[in-house]
Amino acid sequence: MICSTKKIKLLLQAINIYSIIMSNTQQLQDFTTQVRRDILRMVHAVNSGHPGGSLGCAEFLVTLYQDVMKRNEGFDMNGIGEDLFFLSNGHISPVFYSVLARSGYFSVAELATFRKLNSRLQGHPTTHEGLPGIRMASGSLGQGMSVAIGAAQAKKLNNDNHLVFALLGDGELQEGQNWEAIMYASAKKVDNLIATIDLNGKQIDGTTDEVLSMGSVKAKFEAFDWIVLEIKEGNNIDAIKAGLADAKSKSGNGKPVCILLHTEMGNGVDFMMHTHAWHGKAPNDEQLAKALEQNVETLGDY
Amino acid sequence: MKKYTNTGSKDTRSGFGAGMTELGQKNENVVALCADLIGSLKFDDFKKNHPERFFQIGIAEANMIGIAAGLTIGGKIPFTGTFANFSTGRVYDQIRQSVAYSDKNVKICASHAGLTLGEDGATHQILEDIGLMKMLPGMTVINTCDYNQTKAATLALADHHGPAYLRFGRPVVPNFMPADEPFVIGKAIMLNEGTDVTIIATGHLVWEALIAAEALEAKGISAEVINIHTIKPLDEEAILKSVKKTGCVVTAEEHNIIGGLGESVSRTLVANHLVPQEFVAVNDSFGESGTPDQLMEKYKLNNQAIVEAVEKVIKRK
Repeated sequence: MICSTKKIKLLLQAINIYSIIMSNTQQLQDFTTQVRRDILRMVHAVNSGHPGGSLGCAEFLVTLYQDVMKRNEGFDMNGIGEDLFFLSNGHISPVFYSVLARSGYFSVAELATFRKLNSRLQGHPTTHEGLPGIRMASGSLGQGMSVAIGAAQAKKLNNDNHLVFALLGDGELQEGQNWEAIMYASAKKVDNLIATIDLNGKQIDGTTDEVLSMGSVKAKFEAFDWIVLEIKEGNNIDAIKAGLADAKSKSGNGKPVCILLHTEMGNGVDFMMHTHAWHGKAPNDEQLAKALEQNVETLGDY
Repeated sequence: MKKYTNTGSKDTRSGFGAGMTELGQKNENVVALCADLIGSLKFDDFKKNHPERFFQIGIAEANMIGIAAGLTIGGKIPFTGTFANFSTGRVYDQIRQSVAYSDKNVKICASHAGLTLGEDGATHQILEDIGLMKMLPGMTVINTCDYNQTKAATLALADHHGPAYLRFGRPVVPNFMPADEPFVIGKAIMLNEGTDVTIIATGHLVWEALIAAEALEAKGISAEVINIHTIKPLDEEAILKSVKKTGCVVTAEEHNIIGGLGESVSRTLVANHLVPQEFVAVNDSFGESGTPDQLMEKYKLNNQAIVEAVEKVIKRK
């Protein structure tokens, strides 16, 4: 009798936890939908910017900022005592700005200034205009991994056991500096770094295979002695949560951790998916209306 | 004229090494990064005394600049060290985006600058680095003249917030600046007051300018000698004050005539007080193998070249 009460209790507990996870997932999904609307509207407003990769990484960045990273209130450049994030593929600034604004770093109203004169939301992210949440300029590709390694090593010197996350594009791996950094991170045991590769297989001129085939990115990272994890469904929030939890559990073991995040460029807007055409192209009025229909307002437009 | 004594020739890079040794003890936020040139950059003591704050990056300068930028996030003060060529031209975009545009407190310290690197030849003798660095918004550019000044500049940089380029060299050269001479970034040092011509020199050419001034004195020409260690921000006040008195100027530097100290001085003169100027600099060419002295003579970067330039510029007054 006692035993079965215990069982029921445990079962109830499990259901409770499950529903918390589910509701949390639904919240993150709603958050992502709103971020998609922001991306589309920002890019449309100035008829420029990069919606494809932004949409592809929306679930990941929302989950990272809303569910995974330990972040302090407010913004301090040195980021002592909190997890840090570095965006290396700076052209997906729309998703970064939207997630930062909706995570409280600055007003969502400011998203309307994206790429406009006198804005803090430059075409590519910069610290130069003092936008909270940004710790390095990026846009010229291939530099973010090195900076993230430096920040991770500063954390070690400061006895700060928080993590450093970085996001890189897959096409970006064609830049040689990455391989200097990848070699260094394992050789020097930078194990407080989790670097995610947005493996969407596309770049401006076509598929990564067509432009400059990289063979197996997984095999390459493994050959450089990294711990490599894959998130096969990189646009599935539960899969991202599980993958990031796994990555965190594997950090601190003498090796840097790489996540291969399989995403769909343009995810969430049917006509932007399965093509590289929307890498750096803004939708027109009609296309925007169609895209927004597929992503109904959840948290309120800016 | 005021006498300067060589208190014992030393290389400027050893001044950098001595500065780093002292900083290692004084400032726990100072960290050093090196791309496989510990001995050349005189990092040995820093590495030995503070292994946890020394980062051997390997032959990967782009990664070194990026890691240095990252280390500032967390309050570290990184000093990167490699040859001037690999400190600037090789990593220009990394410096531009990750350091200068990102306003990171990185000190890019560059040895083996200019022709005096010597026998290794033009692949390693960068003569364009001052120009490259001074064009970056917010970048401080310093070229020191001897051991004592290089040590003082190294110490001063740790207390200065912002990206900076510190340029020094390989050869053993006279050490003549007083060890206690204060180093103020952006403030020229008046070495000798004169009335007929202003010689503005930086780096290894400062000692040559002093020898030239003595030779000129023997010819009855009174030369004012100014040591410009900071090329950016340039001490325009000191330059203008001097040329208003002397009416002409010779600039002297171990750098290409295009993009160096001379052009910065010209811009100041054109905008404020125009006087004739002659340039002692490399005439838009690459270097070559040879001993430092041979090269400085062939490329007309020594005291005789300064004397000739002075005689020419005075005639144009």
